[in-house]
Amino acid sequence: MKREGKIQVWQDYQKEIADDHYFYVRSCIRQNFFPGSEQTFLKILRSELKKDIYENPHHTSCSGIGYHSDIVPFETIQTIVARQFALMTEAGYQNLAVSCITSFGIYNEIIETWKEFPSELEKVRNFLKKATGREFEIPQNVAHASDIVYKFRQRIADKAEHPLVNQQTGKPLKIVEHIGCHYSKMFPSKGVGGAEFPHVLVGMIEAWGGEVVDYPERRHCCGFGFRQYLVMSNRGYSLSNSRKKFESMEPYKPDAIVSNCPGCPMFLDRWQYVIEEMEGKTFGENGQGIPVMTYEEMAGLVLGYNPWDMGMQMHQTNVEPLLDKMGIAYDPNLKYAGKDGKLIGKPMMVGCRC
Amino acid sequence: MELYQELTKDVRFAEGLKSCMNCGVCTAICPAAEFYDYDPRIIAGILQSKDEKRIEELLKSETIWYCGECMSCKTRCPRGNTVGLMIMALRSLSQELGYFTESEKGRQQLVIKRVVGENIVNKGYCILPENLVPEMHPEQGPVGEWIYENKEKVYERVGANYNGTGEGALRKIPQESLDEINRIFEITGGFERFDKIEHFSKIKAESMGFPEGENDYTDYINHIFTTNNGKHNRQ
Repeated sequence: MKREGKIQVWQDYQKEIADDHYFYVRSCIRQNFFPGSEQTFLKILRSELKKDIYENPHHTSCSGIGYHSDIVPFETIQTIVARQFALMTEAGYQNLAVSCITSFGIYNEIIETWKEFPSELEKVRNFLKKATGREFEIPQNVAHASDIVYKFRQRIADKAEHPLVNQQTGKPLKIVEHIGCHYSKMFPSKGVGGAEFPHVLVGMIEAWGGEVVDYPERRHCCGFGFRQYLVMSNRGYSLSNSRKKFESMEPYKPDAIVSNCPGCPMFLDRWQYVIEEMEGKTFGENGQGIPVMTYEEMAGLVLGYNPWDMGMQMHQTNVEPLLDKMGIAYDPNLKYAGKDGKLIGKPMMVGCRC
Repeated sequence: MELYQELTKDVRFAEGLKSCMNCGVCTAICPAAEFYDYDPRIIAGILQSKDEKRIEELLKSETIWYCGECMSCKTRCPRGNTVGLMIMALRSLSQELGYFTESEKGRQQLVIKRVVGENIVNKGYCILPENLVPEMHPEQGPVGEWIYENKEKVYERVGANYNGTGEGALRKIPQESLDEINRIFEITGGFERFDKIEHFSKIKAESMGFPEGENDYTDYINHIFTTNNGKHNRQ
């Protein structure tokens, strides 16, 4: 194919990401499991990249987990999203920065719905006005937070203290990248690289010295499935889908897994523990688990941030094998310490292989 | 009521079902189809047939509750259909008509409403640290239990603002904002959905021999949260 033709084809997989002045909306799941990642993202943007990012304490959940477990009607979530847009409009921002993949999918779904069905937009404007007195403008740019880190990946690389390189062998670390389904499977044009060739995490890994693992089930869902995890008797669905991925990636001997989704890193982390408990099976080297990171944690490690400041002690699968390979110094005695440096107490099974 | 006509009023249905040629690509890529006795291709076929009897059976079935709404089906369909969106329309109508209580998986809607639904309107979040009770979430492991037992100190250590004022992760949502969320639920039919889930669930609980008791059908809630008849999976 001629180069012009290739460029034309790949244009479908490019995405415009705003350069500055973001209105930040948080994630329900992430703030429970990886709140340090959201703080790390804000620190990178404000301190390293000198960007303006604003958070309004009045923004709420988008209600997306309720919507995708079907207890929240479409009209309701559309109006909650419209309220977030109203807060953004009132604050004078036009660029939305979304922490959550579920929310990111929902914002895109709703904006696209309003384009396809203008009557829905009018209905929602009336609902919001009646419920809150607020009015809103549709964001000019909707970026997932990982899009923004991707956009500035080279600037982060320029400041790298610990590249994604095995310090013992000098070889690039082999990283499995897992993209949250709602990042681009619904609207491929909204994600960097689309749904088939998502590049958002690949770009970070390669810019920071690592090597991407390509394995058969790379695009398979982690198995969250909303109601399939929320209800205890359904969780076999979630576990089985994660297991399918672990078995598929195991022969490639990955050094770590990174994800840009709220739920995926938690599931890929916790289900390794469950499989070890149930079957004694582990998927990493030397009987250990495969460390799982959020992309903010990966960026933070590259920049030299303290892993315990970022909340990596909240992982069930130990991250130390990765830290050791990267040559990152850490104090194991401070892993479970509080803000005052005193031990909070240790998990019952510290030191288990996962 | 013409069930098919009701479904077409949902814009997600209109967007989800265009013209299915039954190629089965959606089934090939579907995580639910690998685990459950589930075939999204058949869902599209039944809906496209407009057969009212079969649509009613679907609305009362276990089948429509197997989808994980990952939307992998959207990516690969050569005709631009999305079975996940059809499922969302079916689940909404099933709850509207009370048919969801006819299946083990459908009955679970009550527990999701009681936890996630009430979190949204009372706290402004879908999930809270208080929900991750170790007995209900053994998969969270010893570290999850450590976080649960030491919430304040752990969240403080990693920079969250647990139940605090102002911005930050896990901050307390101001009451005036919760009031707005509640008015949105009132006006847009959110509370009506909640009321229907409660109403039809209570009828079902009574018919299954679970009394209201002192704690608003706690035994029924525990039953639907933990019961699995073992007949859902692919053999």
